[in-house]
Amino acid sequence: MNTVVAGITYRALLGRRRVVLLLLLPLALIALALMFSFFGGGDQRTAVLLMQNFAIGTLLPLLGLIAGTGVIAPEIDDGTIIHLMSKPISRPLVAWTKFAVAASLVAVFAAVPTYLAAWILVGNEDGIAAGFALGTLVAGIAYAAVFLLLGVVTRHAVTIGIIYALVWESLVGSLVPGAKRFSIQQWGQTVADQVVTSPFFEAEVTLAFAVPALVVVTVAAVFWAGRRLRVFSLTGDE
Amino acid sequence: MKIELSQVSRWYGNVVAVNDVTMTIGPGVTGLLGPNGAGKSTLLHMMAGFLSPSGGTVTLDGAAVWKNHHVYRDIGLVPEREGVYGFLTGWQFVLSAARLHGLPNPEEAARKALATVEMEEPKDRRVETYSKGMRQRVKVAAALVHDPGVLLLDEPFNGMDPRQRLHLMDLIRSMGTAGKTILFSSHILEEVERVAQHIEVLVSGRHAASGNFRDIRRLMTDRPHLFRIRSSDDRKLAAALIRDDSAGGVTLSLDGLEVQATEFRRFARLLPRVARDQGVRLHEVSPADEDLESVFSYLINRSS
Repeated sequence: MNTVVAGITYRALLGRRRVVLLLLLPLALIALALMFSFFGGGDQRTAVLLMQNFAIGTLLPLLGLIAGTGVIAPEIDDGTIIHLMSKPISRPLVAWTKFAVAASLVAVFAAVPTYLAAWILVGNEDGIAAGFALGTLVAGIAYAAVFLLLGVVTRHAVTIGIIYALVWESLVGSLVPGAKRFSIQQWGQTVADQVVTSPFFEAEVTLAFAVPALVVVTVAAVFWAGRRLRVFSLTGDE
Repeated sequence: MKIELSQVSRWYGNVVAVNDVTMTIGPGVTGLLGPNGAGKSTLLHMMAGFLSPSGGTVTLDGAAVWKNHHVYRDIGLVPEREGVYGFLTGWQFVLSAARLHGLPNPEEAARKALATVEMEEPKDRRVETYSKGMRQRVKVAAALVHDPGVLLLDEPFNGMDPRQRLHLMDLIRSMGTAGKTILFSSHILEEVERVAQHIEVLVSGRHAASGNFRDIRRLMTDRPHLFRIRSSDDRKLAAALIRDDSAGGVTLSLDGLEVQATEFRRFARLLPRVARDQGVRLHEVSPADEDLESVFSYLINRSS
C-alpha cells in the first residue's frame, strides 16, 4: 500500500459528485428494507429475496463497477495517472493500492448497508444479516479486483462492466445452471450460506469451489492489472 | 546524465511514427524541433518510459528506460496533457509528488519547487481554478521536486502567456547551465532557438538534422528557395535570370515568375542587379515557401 496513492484515490472518489453514485444504491437498499418492514413484509422470505436479488444481485456488481473502475479509469482517461506512474514506485504496487481502496469502498458502501437492510427486516435472525454482509464483502472484493482490471485494460470499462454485470451475472448466472459456478455473486452467496441458517436460503455452489475461485479471481485480476500498468503506454494524439 | 537512443523506431500497425532514430541527449538544453505529427511526443514518451520502442533501445546512463520505474529517481517528466488533479491544491499536488518520491523532507522540497516556478502565492488554491499557464508551472514544480538530473518537457510553452513563457525559458536555461540534461519538444523554431543550445530536428518520424541553432539556421537558409516575382517585363527578366547559375529553374506564368534559387545569398544579390541592367521594374518579390513546413520537408528530402 502506498498511502499517497491511496489518499489521492480516496479524494478523487469521495470528494466529488461520484460519492453520490456510491451512496445512491445503498440508500435505495435501506429504503426498500424500511418500506418492507413498514408495510409488514419484515419476514425472512422477504429479507432473503431482497438480499439475493437486490443486495447481491444488483447493488453489489454495480457498486463493484463504480468503485473498481472508479479508482483508476478516470485517471487513465484524463492522463492524471502519469503523476503516479512517473515516480519510483512499482506499478504493481499502484495496482494493489488502487485495489485496496476499491475493496474498502465496497465494504463500506455495499457490505455495511447490506447488513443494515437485513437487520431492519429481521434483526439478527438466523444469521441473515451477518451472512449476507459477509457474502457481499467477499464477492465485492472480487468484483473490485475484476473491475479494476477492466478499468486498466479497456477504455470502455463501464460499458463492458455493465454488460457483464447485467447479462452474465444477473441473467446467465442465475438462469443457466452450469454458468452459476462461474458467477462471483453465486460464490458470495455460498459464503453467505455458511452463516445463514434460514430455511429460505440455500446456495448452489459448493464452498470447496467458491472460496478458491474467489481467491484466484481476485489475486489474478489484481496481479494482471499490475502487469498491464507496467507496460502502460502513452500513445499520444500523433 | 545521458539519454541514448539507438536505432529507435516505433510503429502503430502500418503507421511508422518514429523511424530509426539515433541520438544522444547530454547535459544542457536540447530542443526537439519538428512540425506537428512529426513523432516528437512519441519519441519523448519513449525517453520517459511511457512507450516501448518497436525497435532499438532507449537508455538512461546505460540502464533501459522501459519497464524500469527506478529511472524516475532521475527523470522529471512534464507531459503535454494537463494531467493534474483538479481537486488538489497546487501545494498538495507538488507535495504528493515529493512524497511519492519518498523524499526525506517533502514539505521543504515542495516549497522550494513551488518557489522555483513562482507559484507560492496561489499554491493553496485548487488546481482547477488555475489558468493553463499556472497548471503548466505547477506541473513543472512537481517534475522538479526531487531535483532530477534529467527533465523532459513535452511542448512546455503551449498555452502560456508571453511573460510566463519568458520565465519558463529562463528557468530551463538556468537549469541547463547548472548541468542538468533537459529536453523539450516544440514546433516553433524561435522558441527552440531562444532556449536550446542544441537542436534535434524530427520530421515525419525521421531524425532530419542535428546541431546548434546556427547550424540549423544555416541549413534552413542555404536550402533552395522559391521566389515569386512580378515585374514590368517578366519574360525579359526570366531570360536574364536563367543565365546565372544561382537560378535553378524559372517558370513563367500569367501571375508572374517563379524562380527556384539554388544559392540563396548569390541570388539575393543577383536579382536587383539583373533587373537594373535590363531596365525591368520589380513590383513584387516574395518567398513562396518560407513557412516551416517547407523548411522541414526540404530537410527530410535532404536526409533521405
